Amino acid sequence: MTTVEHAVGATGASGRIGLNRQSITGLVFGLLGIALLAGVAPAISGNSRRFNFEPPPDPAGIGFHPPTWVVAIGVLFLLTAVLGFAPPEARRWASPARLLSALAVIPLLLVLSLALSDNPSTNIVNLFNESLVLATPLALGATTGLWCERSGIINIGIEGTMLAGAGIGYMTYATIGDAQSTGWLWFSILISVLAGGLVAALLAVLSIRFGVNQIVGGVVINLFALGLTGFLRSEVIVKTGITTGVGTSEFGLPLLSEIPVIGDQLFRGKPIYWMMYLVVIGTWLVMFRTPWGLRVRSCGENPHAAETLGVNVVRIRYQSVILGGLIAGLAGAWFSMESQTRFEDNMTNAAGFIALAALIFGKWTPWGAFGGALLFGFSRALGTRLQFLGVEVSGFEIPSEFLQALPFIVTLVVVAGAVGRSIPPAAAGQPFQRSK
Amino acid sequence: MLEVEGITKAFPGVVANDDVSLTLNQGEIHCLLGENGAGKSTLVNMVFGLYRPDQGTIKVRGEEVHFEDSGDAIARGIGMVHQHFQLIPVFTVAENIILGNEVTKGAFLDLDSARRQIDSLAERYGLAVDPDATVGDLSVGEQQRVELVKALFRDADILILDEPTAVLTPGEVDDFFGVVESLTGQGKSIIFITHKLREVLAVADRITVLRAGQVVGTATAEGATQQSLANLMVGRDVVFRVDKAEADPGAPVLRTQDLRVADDRGVETVTGFDVEVRAGEIFGIAGVEGNGQRELVEAICGMRPTAGGRVEMLGQETTDWSPRKINELGVAHVPENRSKHGVVAQYTIADNLVLNRYHHRKFSQRGVRNTGAINAEAQELVEQFDVRTPGVDAVIDTLSGGNQQKVIVARELTGDLKALVVAQPTRGLDVGSIEFIHRKIIELRDRGVAVLLVSAELDEILSLSDRIGVLYRGRLAGTVNAADATREELGLLMATGSSEGQR
Repeated sequence: MTTVEHAVGATGASGRIGLNRQSITGLVFGLLGIALLAGVAPAISGNSRRFNFEPPPDPAGIGFHPPTWVVAIGVLFLLTAVLGFAPPEARRWASPARLLSALAVIPLLLVLSLALSDNPSTNIVNLFNESLVLATPLALGATTGLWCERSGIINIGIEGTMLAGAGIGYMTYATIGDAQSTGWLWFSILISVLAGGLVAALLAVLSIRFGVNQIVGGVVINLFALGLTGFLRSEVIVKTGITTGVGTSEFGLPLLSEIPVIGDQLFRGKPIYWMMYLVVIGTWLVMFRTPWGLRVRSCGENPHAAETLGVNVVRIRYQSVILGGLIAGLAGAWFSMESQTRFEDNMTNAAGFIALAALIFGKWTPWGAFGGALLFGFSRALGTRLQFLGVEVSGFEIPSEFLQALPFIVTLVVVAGAVGRSIPPAAAGQPFQRSK
Repeated sequence: MLEVEGITKAFPGVVANDDVSLTLNQGEIHCLLGENGAGKSTLVNMVFGLYRPDQGTIKVRGEEVHFEDSGDAIARGIGMVHQHFQLIPVFTVAENIILGNEVTKGAFLDLDSARRQIDSLAERYGLAVDPDATVGDLSVGEQQRVELVKALFRDADILILDEPTAVLTPGEVDDFFGVVESLTGQGKSIIFITHKLREVLAVADRITVLRAGQVVGTATAEGATQQSLANLMVGRDVVFRVDKAEADPGAPVLRTQDLRVADDRGVETVTGFDVEVRAGEIFGIAGVEGNGQRELVEAICGMRPTAGGRVEMLGQETTDWSPRKINELGVAHVPENRSKHGVVAQYTIADNLVLNRYHHRKFSQRGVRNTGAINAEAQELVEQFDVRTPGVDAVIDTLSGGNQQKVIVARELTGDLKALVVAQPTRGLDVGSIEFIHRKIIELRDRGVAVLLVSAELDEILSLSDRIGVLYRGRLAGTVNAADATREELGLLMATGSSEGQR
């Protein structure tokens, strides 16, 4: 980053063209735009395609001509590139243009994959809904990270906390509810949440009480949870013989789910999914609108200043980390009792780490983190969708592993340019010693 | 209002306060004077509840108190403005002020009524602050006002100000004294910590002098002089005027032409700087901080790319040379930011002393350091420069600021010097160390070295320099001979960039 900053300095001072982030982003968009206009648009099939808004038969939707869309988005990219190098008066348009271009990557991916596939249509409302559902554990995990880091504790143990919640919750459900009873299901979800809180409390004790390096503490949590849940699965869950059961069930929001075409797809969902929204909204309210939230944020920025004002930094940090753990426990319950009703080893499959990426991507704000989670949720949903569509490039079918990874790569690269640098809470990761 | 009796506080290895007593009357400004490490901050931190005394009692309004944390002290009406501001840069002014004492409506923060309370306090005490500004964007002077409002917001009657003027420009210091007067005028009592003697005499009603953790004297402002206070502080006679002979300038050594430099944000802060420093003279650069001093020094020493113009040393163009190449020409640099550019905090004193020469044949052969030679050299420099340390293999971070600065000066002033660039050489140091470093700089000048001195302390500039230039908005607003310069003339140049005082 330092070299880049120096380059900015040089440009600002003398008008020499330096390679800063803006101009690199501009360059990337420029090259993409040229590639789209000159390479992609003429090459792809001119046959009309359709975006559907509901499942078959006879779905509503819109038809479109793929090359036209590719050209339009290509022109937008070129414009963004040009604005990046425009005289200062026009520069103020450069930043919104970058954002717009970054967002345009999503329709571009959809249009391209449909144009390259032998399917003439796909349901995009349903794709959007899948994105939201897959974003659930990511948004919850990112909120966990938000509470921890805003209070000054870096938590890379989110993954393990979720996994512990998933495993212990399902174990409870299988052993005492036979994975069949709704009452025990809710009890087990509560156990998941508490398990998450307990694991987080362990991290809190390690990092606050004993001043263990927080990264190391997080790694320990992840390894511990992996081992513990693996053990519980083979020794307890498997022995009950109950490998699956009845999970949470969908319900529709009143009124909203009655909206024609999209209502039934977007406003029906399962309870933990809906709770995710409540958690994000609640986090935003508590963190930014209440005295306690103000204190939490102060502990993550300058704990010594907080201390001089009589804020009990140690207590606040314990509270925030444990609150975060409870949320991660809920995310764990999503894996083993909502998304699926069973428990597998390493079931969370790096969701905790992707949640951290979403948090950073969202610049340590609740809505930004939610946006990041949504983006990664979309990437997952799209990756799966691309496999169904069977995308071919000049007769060669692209391997599914690559298709699953592709949306992540594209969105990350492009959006990194548009979102820019994010600055963590100043005291995140720093142990706090009370004055004596 | 406040009585401290027989307070003792020991930290591992040092007794920071030894049987210290102090009283503060209502409406009084009580100055606490002492060198760095004399125990001033320790004492007030106990009064403010951050530390707990080992022995002794603290009474507030006649009542004995035992503070568990600063929340208890705040509840008793004690407020403190710390030397290093305890502010949260990303919060707004209002958020900083209410933190820990939040104004609420139901469960939620009530920033509107907080704003109104802040505005009314600001008006009452003449402390203009904008509640919605982000603290990180404010100037140092404004941040200090936020700190004061923060204390007043908590209804503090006893205000502890820890070195409040260290960070202010001369103009801001005058404003600040105005504020202090208006505070005591409205019944507040103030403990004022400083080591600047001029200020003590300007504001204090009574003065307590600490040395090595003990009270060595108490005086009223009327009876004291700068000399008497300094002697008390240091424990021996202090020479104030730097004795120096008339300069005997030789050939030009360091020259810049139309030098332009940008800061980290890309804004040009040095905007066409021309100077010529000759052998055997000290050229002092005065100016309010933030007028391009940092960028100027860094560009001359090769630490920051220039944006235009040229730098010449000893007749060669050295623009944008690497710091080492410039150093090897015989140009030494004592940087402004001691901990960031001056020392490697985790290295030993010996290693820090050879940072610029570790690769010389004398100290390393075939890529292996010769620790024997390094330690011997370090031992000699430590003695020569009077660095107070348990040994040359101590980690430098364990030394006080003054001793760290002596290490830097020792390192930079050793060798065959032609030119020396020093920035803020005595910032935060006590009288004894300042005296020592000043003497060294003069010695160097007398040996024919060209010295470029950048300092925010006008007194330092006036007492050391042979010629003085005032840096204003990135260029020299005027150059005067030190012998003819007056504080008033320089102050005007610093504030307005012109000796007529027009903007």
